[in-house]
Amino acid sequence: MSCTIRIRIQREAFDTESETAFLTGGRKDVGATVAFTGLCRDEGGTLKALHLEHYPGMAEAEIGRIAEQAAERWQLAGLTAVHRYGRLAPGEPIVLVVAAATHRKAAFEAASFLMDYLKTRAPFWKKEERSDGSKGEWVEAKEADDEAAARWRSTNGK
Amino acid sequence: MSLDLRYFAWVRERIGHAEETVEPPAEIATVGELIAWLSARDEGYAAAFAVPEVIRAARDQEHVEHDAPIEGAREIAFFPPMTGG
Repeated sequence: MSCTIRIRIQREAFDTESETAFLTGGRKDVGATVAFTGLCRDEGGTLKALHLEHYPGMAEAEIGRIAEQAAERWQLAGLTAVHRYGRLAPGEPIVLVVAAATHRKAAFEAASFLMDYLKTRAPFWKKEERSDGSKGEWVEAKEADDEAAARWRSTNGK
Repeated sequence: MSLDLRYFAWVRERIGHAEETVEPPAEIATVGELIAWLSARDEGYAAAFAVPEVIRAARDQEHVEHDAPIEGAREIAFFPPMTGG
């Protein structure tokens, strides 16, 4: 099965329905789609916004490399990742991953794999803008995210 | 050898600019040696690279370890661990 891969880095919001339709449109072999959306949360009211910085060029390339790995590992019809940058307020979507496959297991796992690797390898950085006006810090990388990515190396994922 | 450098997030803030072109001396062979050479430039660089183990590097927009050679590279980027998604 050849896997359609689409990666976009953009400031604007995305539309999950049309991104999913792009992967299923005109095909009759897709039995499952999984769409994951990551949103900006307000951290108990303390966060006014996140400022997302990225490395243009490498961000697309690195997510593309992760998507290629997923396409080798699972039987997929398509894989889309859209990641936003700029200032994002709580409630706004940050990232979208859509996986399409014949069966649900491949779609669930590929979407999860892509997110786990994207969090630790895609060159994006978040800086806080706080509600109380105090100086916002750069968000620190979480060990749990490294562990989530590492678990894909210890299982064959099939 | 002329080399384009790019900095992101707090590495960029501490150094004070996002990109520059440098001419490292010939004995600087690896990404790690480049970090040490840059650290000696001024306080900003020293602060950015104070804990070199946490610094991530990319050579021509691909992740590399600190022992990666810089020879033949067009662009080297330095940044903190990533927090996207």
